[in-house]
This record gives sequence, C-alpha cells and structure tokens, in this order.
Amino acid sequence: MNALDESVLDTREAGYNFAYLDERTKRMIRRAILKAVAIPGYQVSFGSREMPLPYGWGTGGIQITASIIGHDDVLKVIDQGADDTVNAVNIRRFFQRTTGVATTERTSAATLIQTRHRIPEIPLCEGQILVYQVPIPEPLAKLEPREAETRVLHGLAEYGLMHVKLYEDIARHGHVAATYDYPVMVDGRFLMSPSPIPKFDNPKMHMNPALQLFGAGREKRIYAVPPYTRVESLAFEDHPFEIQRWREACSMCGARDSFLDEVITDDNGARMFVCSDTDYCSLRRADSLDTTQGEDQ
Amino acid sequence: MYVAVKGGERAIDNSCALLAEARRGDPDVPDLSIAQIEQQLRLAVDRVMAEGSLYDRELAALAIKQAAGDLVEAIFLLRAYRATLPRLADSEPIVTAAMDARRRISAVFKDLPGGQVLGPTYDYTQRLLDFSLAAEEIPVPRVQADGIAGAGGRECNEENMAGVVGLLAQEGLIETHAPRDGDPEPQDLTRQPLTFPATRSARLQNLARGDEGFLLAMGYSTQRGYAHTHPFAGEIRYGIVEVEIVPEELGFAVAIGEIEVTECQMVNQFAGSKSAPPQFTRGYGLAFGHSERKSMAMALVDRALRAEELGEAVKAPAQMQEFVLSHSDNLEASGFVQHLKLPHYVDFQSELELVRKMRAAHNQPCDGECAA
Repeated sequence: MNALDESVLDTREAGYNFAYLDERTKRMIRRAILKAVAIPGYQVSFGSREMPLPYGWGTGGIQITASIIGHDDVLKVIDQGADDTVNAVNIRRFFQRTTGVATTERTSAATLIQTRHRIPEIPLCEGQILVYQVPIPEPLAKLEPREAETRVLHGLAEYGLMHVKLYEDIARHGHVAATYDYPVMVDGRFLMSPSPIPKFDNPKMHMNPALQLFGAGREKRIYAVPPYTRVESLAFEDHPFEIQRWREACSMCGARDSFLDEVITDDNGARMFVCSDTDYCSLRRADSLDTTQGEDQ
Repeated sequence: MYVAVKGGERAIDNSCALLAEARRGDPDVPDLSIAQIEQQLRLAVDRVMAEGSLYDRELAALAIKQAAGDLVEAIFLLRAYRATLPRLADSEPIVTAAMDARRRISAVFKDLPGGQVLGPTYDYTQRLLDFSLAAEEIPVPRVQADGIAGAGGRECNEENMAGVVGLLAQEGLIETHAPRDGDPEPQDLTRQPLTFPATRSARLQNLARGDEGFLLAMGYSTQRGYAHTHPFAGEIRYGIVEVEIVPEELGFAVAIGEIEVTECQMVNQFAGSKSAPPQFTRGYGLAFGHSERKSMAMALVDRALRAEELGEAVKAPAQMQEFVLSHSDNLEASGFVQHLKLPHYVDFQSELELVRKMRAAHNQPCDGECAA
C-alpha cells in the first residue's frame, strides 16, 4: 500500500511531533491528569498509547511527561535514584531526541523529574513536577485481582482488606512485612500505591510542595497527588509507621540520612553502602570538597 | 573501591551497534529483501499485521527484518508506528459473505453452496522435511485446472458462497446478531481503555489483537474441560474482502482497497434457557491475512467469554473476562515480564533489610509469647 515511500523512511525523529505524541493525544492525557489532580489518589483510566519503549519500562510516566513537557522545561530522569542507570539514560535520550529540551542531573535545577522507584533526597519545591512510573497502580491488586471489584471497594472507601493484611503481617511477624510500594491514604480518602518506592520515601510525599503525577501505561491509569496534600502511610496506633534505617553511612559522601544501596565489592561478599540518589551524593561530595579547600587556604 | 556505573549512554550505543551486526549476520550471505519476506514468509507477515493491528504487508515485512524474525518484537515495531498514524475514517463493516474466497471449509455440512474449497493449506501435507527446498530455485508444482476440491483463485467468486450461519439461521436453529437500530459504534481499545465488564465489540477487538499462542492455549483449555462449549467448526474462510468507507462529503460508500482475512464461525451447542429456546450459539474469530489457528482459537475463546450473557456458570479461566482480556496482549505481557531486567536495587535493598530483620527475629529464642 502506501508503505515505504520516502516520507516513511526519512521520518525517524524529524517526522514525529514535539515529545512524540500528537497534540490530540496529549490533550486527552492532560484531561486525565486534570481529573486526577481534582480527585487526589483516584485512578483515572486513559487511552494509553503504544509507545516506542516497552510496556513495563516506563510508558505511563513517559506519556505523562510527553503531555506536559514544554520547550522551557528542564528534565531530569532517574531510575533507582540514579541518573545514569541504562533505562533512565534511554528515557532521557528519548526526550532529548523528540523535544530537544534541556536536561539536568541536578534535582533543584529540574522543572520536571521522571522517576522510577525513588523520590529525590533533596526536597522538591513549588512549581516542580515529579512523574512516577507505575507498574501496578491498584494497591489492592494483590488482595483482589478483579478490577471490577476493586473499583467498587474504592468507591465505598472499603479498605478492610488492606487493614486485615497489615494486621496479619503484624500478628505473624511483629511488624508490617512491606518495604516498598507501601500503601498510603491520600487526603484521607483514597488508598493509593506510591509505586514501588521504598517506604523510606513515603513521608516525602506528605504535604510536598511539588505536583506528583503517576502514570501506568500498561494498566492505562493516571493518578495524582496535588501540592500540599496529606499522604499518610497506613499504620496502627500501637504499630506506627517506620522507615528503614542503616547503621552504616554512605561510603562516598558520609550521608546518614539518605537511602543507601548495598554494593558487593569482592568475591568474599565484602560490602559497602552508597547513596542511591547519585545527585545527592555528588552534591555532598562537592560541598565537602569546597569546605576542605576553604580550610586549606 | 566502588566505581559508579557511568557511561550508560555509550554502552547503549555500543549495544545498538552489536544488535545491528547480529541482525545482519554473515555479510557474505546476501541481505534479505523486504519483498522476499513479504512473499515467502507470508504467514509471518500475516501474524505481525494481525497482532500489530495494521494492515500493511510491506511495513510488516520491514518490521520482521528489523526484528530479526522475532515476531513479537516485529508486532511491537508495527504497533508503535501505528500509534502515531492519524485516523481518517471508520470503514463500513466488511462483508465476508461476499469474500473472494481462496479457501472455505465447513466441518458441519458435507456439501453446501459454493462447495468445500481447500485452497492453500498445510492440513493435508505430510510433515516431512522437504530437502528439495534446501536447493535453490525449485520449480513450483502447477495447480490442475479442473479445480476439484477447490483449486482456489478468483474463479470461485462467481459461485454463491453463502455462509453456514445464514443457512442455519433460515430455520431459526442458530442465534443471529443483526445490528439493532442505534447500534453503538464499536469500542476502540487503541483509543479508550478496556473496562470491565467489557462489551462484546471490545472483547472481539482485544482477542483479534491478542497473542496467538495465548489464545491457542485458552481455546485449547475449553476443549479439555475448562468451560466446555461443544464447538463445531461451522465455517472457516480465507480470502479477499473489499474495505469501504463512506466519506461525509459523498454520503455513499466507496471502496478504498482490499484486504485478506480469515474468518471462523464456530457453532456451539446451547441447551436453551427459560427465555431462549434451544439453539446453536456462535463464537466468532477474525484475523488479518491467513491465520486459521488464530481465528479458530479466537472463536473458541469468544464463545467461552459469553458465558455470563448466556447464563452459564463462570468457572474456568477462559470464561473470565478479566483473566483473558487483561493477559492476551503480547506487548503488555512481554514488556512487563521483561521489565524484571530493569534495575531493582532499591526494592531489593528494602527486601534484604526485611529478610535480615525477620531472620534475626526467627533465630531469637522464644519467650513464650510468640508460641502462636
């Protein structure tokens, strides 16, 4: 049929719209985002498109970013807190190719941050947008796989299933056996999956001045936490929510307040701990370098 | 000393270069042309078009070449390309009864108007490796002109080839699905998300795009007692149909092209209910190109998914809408299974901490309170 005429062969990046998606699709996604912002924590269905990256690799986040990014934005992309992991590099390259916007590794310099599995250590500020990639948007999915059922449960704010699950964890182990994707209540109304961020990051969502948007491409859902919204991690009065703590400090920057990744350094299983947030770590090292240089003078 | 994993960008570039090299293989072997793939791997092209939801033989062949023959990857390429195309019009329903059939068989009537037309099929080949194909330039056997058992080709078109369903419907023996007045436009899952319970049009679209292997297994399960639907292959036909659109400014239908499709009408027993007399019910399968396995499996699954509508108990996976429709898409499945390759350092770190904590608690002597 039409097929391989030159216009097809020549397209590559040039033939695609700014940020890949066509404007009508962006408008459809922006409508879903607006609805999500208006009902914090509610999962809005949207007509998720097939992106040139695989489902499960950030297509929801990519579609949100593509729908809201503008020429003046400064984009940061992280995966596991790091700017240099391959999938983060790939997504950043995708937007560089299709938008040409400025990119950065500095959390504070970014207007738009797409993330997988972490919230940056440096507090976000007003005007920034954090876009999460979400694999399974439904917090009840592991307890009730049928979506027709979970929709009703959300409608009735009937979250007994989840409370029973947490209670059973405590009865069995003495504590809640969830360390990431730890369920939260948004604005006292909707139970929400924070995406698979470590529970260490959960408190950062609460009353955050930045807009937090969540995109699940494969599951075709968008949800949001508007700025300054209550986000509470589920807990019981006698078993309050706790975050992870490390006895170690970051071997590179000495931080004791950041989420640490464990790295195996030799065949005997020797370990070291380093910040998962590469920007935070390098900033701290640069600062301490400045300080030492200052002392030398 | 720990070295931060830098240089992801260069590593990706190098990986792409290695991939290109691996795809090409030995440069002394001539490059495959798109035309060769399109002509000589026609069934691969058909599958990529069907599950890629884009009828374009040339682009499908290109995708197969680019994907080094990985059909799911080729489907991905075609789907991603398709997502950027504008929608110009909705076609009129294709009329498969008017198909220029290259093959039409029925397993329920020995003979019927239009006859049994075998056409090109592997069904009656003996599966012996044909070493003569390994030699270059083998002569292709000629089709005998008398057309016994259907030589296929355009001459069949002259004869009336009424559908089996229509013949049964004359006696009221089978359900019909005449579109009602004000029949809503079918849902388009590529524009609107799937919601449950899904309409039949949404289900059929989902199945038509669904993975052939998945549908085959689900259809097979219905034959082995998981939702038995007593199926008969009422009719399978493969051939060319015209696609028409009605441009707003014209107000009448014009043909914009021809496509090849395979259609399966599965005829299933139905004992009847309080409101409906006993009659045969139907499962429907349709796929781009020549794909009988896919369209038959689709028809089995379509019928199984109608359990609720027909008042049958929903017990087996093939009857469960959410189970079937949420897992049929091979791009979704492939992407999510393979996303496990992405780094999960942070989640795993959290789990490490938890397991250590639980092991520590496990090794502590019991003080009586933890007897439970």
